[in-house]
Amino acid sequence: MQALKIRNLEKTYAKGPHALCGIDLDVEEGDFFALLGPNGAGKSTTIGIICSLVNKTSGTVEVFGHDLDRAPEAVKACIGYVPQEFNFNPFEPVGEIVINQGGYYGLARAEAHHRAEVCLRQLELWGKREEQARSLSGGMKRRLMIARALVHRPRLLILDEPTAGVDIEIRLSMWDFLRGINADGTTIILTTHYLEEAEHLCRNIAIINEGRIAERARMHEMLRRLHQQDLILDIAEPVEALPQIEGYQLKRLESCILEAKVASGRDLSGLFVGLAEAGIRVVSMRNKQNRLEQLFLDMVGNHRERTA
Amino acid sequence: MKYWVAFQTLVIKEILRFSRIWVQTVLPPAITTALYFVIFGTLIGSQLGEMDGFRYIDFIVPGLILMAVISNSYANVVSSFYQAKFQGNVEEMLVAPIPPWVILLGYVTGGVARGVAIGILVTLVSMFFSDLTVHSYGITLGVFVLTSVLFSLAGFINAVYANSFDDISIIPTFVLTPLTYLGGVFYSIKLLPEFWQQVSLANPVLYMVNAFRYGLLGVSDIEVGLAIPIILGFIAVLFLFALLLLKRGVGIKS
Repeated sequence: MQALKIRNLEKTYAKGPHALCGIDLDVEEGDFFALLGPNGAGKSTTIGIICSLVNKTSGTVEVFGHDLDRAPEAVKACIGYVPQEFNFNPFEPVGEIVINQGGYYGLARAEAHHRAEVCLRQLELWGKREEQARSLSGGMKRRLMIARALVHRPRLLILDEPTAGVDIEIRLSMWDFLRGINADGTTIILTTHYLEEAEHLCRNIAIINEGRIAERARMHEMLRRLHQQDLILDIAEPVEALPQIEGYQLKRLESCILEAKVASGRDLSGLFVGLAEAGIRVVSMRNKQNRLEQLFLDMVGNHRERTA
Repeated sequence: MKYWVAFQTLVIKEILRFSRIWVQTVLPPAITTALYFVIFGTLIGSQLGEMDGFRYIDFIVPGLILMAVISNSYANVVSSFYQAKFQGNVEEMLVAPIPPWVILLGYVTGGVARGVAIGILVTLVSMFFSDLTVHSYGITLGVFVLTSVLFSLAGFINAVYANSFDDISIIPTFVLTPLTYLGGVFYSIKLLPEFWQQVSLANPVLYMVNAFRYGLLGVSDIEVGLAIPIILGFIAVLFLFALLLLKRGVGIKS
C-alpha cells in the first residue's frame, strides 16, 4: 500500500512565486524516504501541505488511501510530524506537552499518560517530564518533538531536519532510534541537510528543486550513477614520485596524504595492488566528499541548467 | 468521543495555563476591584447619595463584576491563542484530527473558566464592601456566562488577526476599556443628556451591564428582554466568524 501519493501538487503563495509547480510523489508503506533539496526548493511547503499546515493551491494528497480534501482527519490521524523549528510551549512541562498531544489525537488521559511515558522513556526524557521544556538542551528538545509526534503511534512519521544542531553522539543515537521504529513498520519521510544522514538511513530518495521533483530513485541506484569516487589515502611514509596506475589518477595533497580518483565501476583492488607494487603502504582511506552530497550537487546543478 | 477528549485536553490545558500564572491572572483583578470599591464606593460614593434607589457602592457592584468578567475572558483567549501562534504550538492542534469548532470551543471554554473564576472572586471581594442581593438568579447567571462567552470569542478573533504583541493590547486598550467604562458601569445613563443616552444605546456593553444589574438589583436602564437576544445575536455572529477564520486558516496557515 502507498503511504503517500501526491499528484500535481501546486502551491502559489499570496505574495510570492510558485513554491510548488505540479509535484508527483509516491512513498510506499514501510519505506524510509529522503526528500532532499536546497533551501527554498519546496520541501517544507510540501511537508506543510501533507500535515495540513499549509493550504495547497491545487493537486491531490492521499495518505494511506485517505484523501486530504475529503477526509482530512483520517489523514491527520495517520501522521506524526516533527518540525524543523521548536514549536512547543517552552513554559509547559515536558510530560504535559506529550500527554496533551495524545489528547488532541483522542487518547483518553490515562492512555495518553501511559503512551507518553513509553515515548519519553524510549527517548530518554522520562526523568525530565516535570521540567519546563525551555530548560532542555537542544538535543533533548529535538527528542521531545519526536516523542510528541509518536505518542499516537502514527503510521507515517515526517521529520523535517530532525537532527539539525545536535551533536554527533545524539545524532547517531537518533539514527538508531529511527531505524528501530522504521523496522517496526512506521513509514518515515525525512528531510535533512546532512546528506550523509539520508545516505545512511533512507532506501528511496527524491530531490526537489525550484518546486519540481528533479530526481526520484532508490538510494543505491542513485549512488551507482556517480561517475567517479574521490578517495583520500593516508600513507605510512612520504614518497618521492607518484606511480602511474592505469585507470586511477593519483595526486599528492600533503607529504603523507594522496588523493585518488577512481572511475565508477572500477574496483579498488587494482589501486591497492599498484600502490603496493610501488612500495606505498596505505594506513587509512576515506571518501573526499560524501557520495550523496556529490550527486546532489550535480543533480541540482543539472536541473537548474535544464529549467533555465 | 475523541472530540470530547480533545476538547477536555484543551480546556484542562487552558485552565492550568492561567492557574500556573495566578499572580498575573487572578490576583490583579481582585486587587484592582477592591481599590474601585474603596475609592469609588466607600470614599467618593459615600458623598454621592443614592442611584436608582441604591447606595452608590451597591449600584456599581454589578458593573464592576461584569467588567472583570469581560476583561479577563477576553485577555485569556487573546493572549493564549496569540502565544500559541507566536511560539508555533498552534501547530500541535492543526496537525491533529481536531475539527476547527472543537479548537474554538476549547479556547472559549478556557476564557469562560477564567472569566467565571475572576467574576466569583470579585463577587466575594464585593461582599466585604456592599450588601449583595440577587433579584433573579437565572438572569444573573445567564448574563454572567453569556458575556464571558461573547468576549472570549472576541478575544479569539483579535488573536487570529494579531501579528504582534501590540496588536493584542490595542483592542482592549482603545476599544474594550472605553466601551466598558461608557457602558453604565459607574452611572445610570438617565444622568446623561438625551442625545448621549441615545448614543449609549449603541454600546453593546450597556445591555450586558444593565441586564446583569437587573439580575442582582432589579433595576436597569434598558429593556432586559432586549439584552439577552442582543448578547445571543452577538455570540452567534462572532462564533460563526471565528469558525470561518479558523477553517480558512487566517493568520495561522499560509
